[in-house]
Amino acid sequence: MTTPAPTAALDLAARFPGAVTPDERPNYSGWMVDKAKLLEFAAFVRDELGYDLLSSITGVDYLDDEKMEVVYHAYKTTGGPALVFKVQVPRVDPVEVPSLTPIWPGAELQEREAWDLLGIKFNGHPDLRRILMWEGFEGHPLRKDWQEPFFEEGAKPFKSRWPDGQFLTAEDKNPYNDNLQYPQKFDPEKWVPEADAALYGALAKYTEIDDESGLKTDRVVVNLGPQHPSTHGVFRAVVVMDGETILSLKPVMGYLHRNHEKIGERNTFLQNMPYTDRLDYFCSMTNNFGYALAVEKLMGVEVAERAEYIRVIMSELTRIQNHLILIGMLLNDLGTYFTPALYAFEERELILDIFEEASGSRMMCNYYRFGGVVRDIPEETLQKIKDLVFDRLPRKIDEMDRFLSENEVLVSRLKDVGVLSAEDAIRYSMSGPSLRASGVPYDVRRADPYGIYDRFDFDVAVRYNGDTFDRYMIRIDEMRQSLRILEQAVKQIPGGPFMTGKPMYQVRVPAGEAFGRIEAPKGELGFYVVSTGKPNPWRYHVRAPSFINMTVLEKMCEGSKIADFVAIFGSIDVVLGEMDR
Amino acid sequence: MDNKELNSPGYEIPPELEGQLAVTTLDRIYNWGRRSSVWPMMFGLACCAIEMIAAQAARYDLARFGMEVMRPSPRQSDLMIVSGTVTKKMIPVVVRLYNQMPEPKYVVAMGACASGGGPFKEGYNVVSGVDKFIPVDVYIPGCPPTPQALVAGLIKLQEKIDKQSIKQVRWYRKGADSVEIPVPVLGPDLIDMRRSAEIKKTAARRPQQPAEAEA
Repeated sequence: MTTPAPTAALDLAARFPGAVTPDERPNYSGWMVDKAKLLEFAAFVRDELGYDLLSSITGVDYLDDEKMEVVYHAYKTTGGPALVFKVQVPRVDPVEVPSLTPIWPGAELQEREAWDLLGIKFNGHPDLRRILMWEGFEGHPLRKDWQEPFFEEGAKPFKSRWPDGQFLTAEDKNPYNDNLQYPQKFDPEKWVPEADAALYGALAKYTEIDDESGLKTDRVVVNLGPQHPSTHGVFRAVVVMDGETILSLKPVMGYLHRNHEKIGERNTFLQNMPYTDRLDYFCSMTNNFGYALAVEKLMGVEVAERAEYIRVIMSELTRIQNHLILIGMLLNDLGTYFTPALYAFEERELILDIFEEASGSRMMCNYYRFGGVVRDIPEETLQKIKDLVFDRLPRKIDEMDRFLSENEVLVSRLKDVGVLSAEDAIRYSMSGPSLRASGVPYDVRRADPYGIYDRFDFDVAVRYNGDTFDRYMIRIDEMRQSLRILEQAVKQIPGGPFMTGKPMYQVRVPAGEAFGRIEAPKGELGFYVVSTGKPNPWRYHVRAPSFINMTVLEKMCEGSKIADFVAIFGSIDVVLGEMDR
Repeated sequence: MDNKELNSPGYEIPPELEGQLAVTTLDRIYNWGRRSSVWPMMFGLACCAIEMIAAQAARYDLARFGMEVMRPSPRQSDLMIVSGTVTKKMIPVVVRLYNQMPEPKYVVAMGACASGGGPFKEGYNVVSGVDKFIPVDVYIPGCPPTPQALVAGLIKLQEKIDKQSIKQVRWYRKGADSVEIPVPVLGPDLIDMRRSAEIKKTAARRPQQPAEAEA
C-alpha cells in the first residue's frame, strides 16, 4: 500500500492547515486536498518535495456519497512510493476541478479522458474536448448512473444466465434491437454532426497567420489515419504543416475504445483478467501482472515463491518479444518493408510457443491469478526457455544489432530526430524506454520494486540524447538486460506450489483502494482499483503507458519533417488497444 | 491448379498439346485467376491484426496462397480482413473503405469481435459485428483466431470464389446490392441512415434508457 512517508505527513497537514487532510477512509491512503488549494499544493509537492512525475489522474464516481473524486498519483523520478492526493467535489453538474496542466503538462490527455468519460470539467485546461468518444455523444459513460444500450444488470454474473439459466439476448431487450440508444424524440434526419469542427477549431490558430508582408500563407492540414499503415492500427494524427515542416499536431484517438473500464466495473475481479490481455495485445503477460498486483495488494495475498519466478520469466520474455516487434515495425515504417520484421517475427514465434505451452494461448494468455499463476510450466517448456535464453536469443539480438544499428540509412533517418529533453519527458509524464532514452534512469523495477525484481542483478538501461536513434538503441540494451534477468531466474527457480491457497472463482476483496504498477515493455502500466467489498470493483482504471506517452507527441514532432513523424511515432511504441482501452 | 482441374470435361486434348493447351470455361479461368492472387487490404483494427501479421510472416507464410501483397490503399485491394473490434467511432471509416474498394470485393470477419461483438459486445462503443453494415463472406471464430485459423478461413474464401459465376455475382448485375453503403453518422449514438425512419419512430415513443423504462 502506498503510504506517504511520516515526515511528509507532518509537513503537508501543517503546511496547508485546513486545506489538506489525510484520507482516513479505511484501506485508503493519501491526502484530501481542498480544490481551491489544489494548484498551490501541486506546485509545492513538485518543487519542494520532489514528486516531479505525475503518473496518473483518474476520477471516481461515488454515487452513494454524492461525491466525485479526482485521484492523482505522483512519484519521484529518483524512486520511492507514490504521493497520492485527491480532490472531492459535490456531484452536481457542472463538476469542476482546477486543471493541473500549468504544473504538469502531462495531465492534458488524462484530464480530457476524465472529462469525456466522467464529465469532470477541468478549469484552465487548454483544449478540453472529448477524447475517446466523439463530440456530440450523449452522456458521460463511466458515471455510475449512465447505462449503455445493452445494459442488463449492475454486476455480473447476470441473474438471467446464472443461476436461472434463462438466456436472453441483449438485442431482444433493446427497443432498436441493436446496441443503440437515442434521446427521446430524436430525429436522425435533422441531426447535424459536429464531426471535427472542434478539432479543427483547436488547430485554427495555425491556419490563419498573416505574414509581415500582409500576405496570407496557407497551412496544409494532413490527416494521417485512422487507416494508415504506419499508425500501427487505428490512430489518427491531424498535422498542420508549413511546406513539409510540422507546425503542430493533434492526436485523435478512441477508434478502438472498447469500454474496458465500464465492462471491468461490472465484471467480477477474476473476470477482468482475460480483458487485461486485450489491452496491450503484444504483452498480455505483463498486463496480467499489473492487474494481479493491484488486486493482491487489496487482498493482502502472498504470492507463491515459484509463481514469482514464473511471473518474472514470462514478463521478461514478453519484454523481449515486444521490443523485437517494435524494432521490426519501426524499420517497416522507415521503408525496409517487412524484412527486419520477418526476422523479429521468427523469434517472436518461438517465445509465443512457450506462452502457448504454459497458458494454452499464443497471445491472450490469461495466465496470472491472484496469489500465483493458473498452472505450472512443464519441465520441457523450462528447457525450451533455457535454450532460448542461453543460446538463441543472445545470438539473434547481437545479429539484429550488427545488421541494423550502424546501417547508414537507419542512422541518418533516426539521429537527432524528434529530440525530447529529460525535463520535458518528466513534465509530460513520459514513462518507459522513451523516458530512459532521454536520460532519466527511471524504471519501476528499480524505483519501486514489485514482485521479486529486487533479487536480480541488472542495470537500468539509459541513453542520453533523447532522439529517435536512442529510443531505438535502448530497446536493444533492454533486451540484453532482460536476458540477464532471465538467466538468473531460470537458474534460481525453485520447486513447490505455483499458487497460494486454492484456486477460487470468486475471490473476496476487502473494501479499499489500491494502485498496482509495473514496468511494462511500453512504460509504466498501472491499475487503480477501488473495491467496496462486493464481488465487482467499484472503480477500475488503467493507467495506460501508450495513452499517456502520446501527450508529448505534439512537442516531439514540432519542427520535424512529416516523413519523420512515422519514425518518431514508431519509436515511442504504442499499441492502440491500450491507448484507447 | 493443374490441367485436369482447369479443363472442362468432354474435350479431348491431343497428347502432343497436353500441358500447353487447356479447354475451359470463362468462369473457371476467371475464378482461378482471382482466387490465386487475392490482395488483402493492409488494415488492422485490433489484436487480430497481430495474428494477421504473424500469418504473413515466415512461419505461416500467406504468400503460398498468393496473398502476400498487402495494399494499404483500398483502391488496390480485393479483400478486406476486418481484424478486430469494430467500434462505433471506427465504423464510418470501415464503411467508407469498403465503398472505395473496387469490385469484385470480399470481406472476411476475423475473430469474435468482428463477427459479433465478441467479449466487448456489451460496450457502449462497440458495433456487434461488422455484418450489421457490410456484407461478410467468411467468418473466422477465435479470440484471436490463430494464424492457422486465418489460413483456413482464407482457403474457405478461395473455395467460395471457385464456385462463383460471372452470370450470378452481384457486382455484374444491376440492383440494390451494388449501390454504395451509406456511411453511418456519429450522433448522440451511431446512426445508420438506412434505419433513420425506424429510429425516429422508436425514439418518439421510447425514453433513452431501455432498462429504466421497464422498471
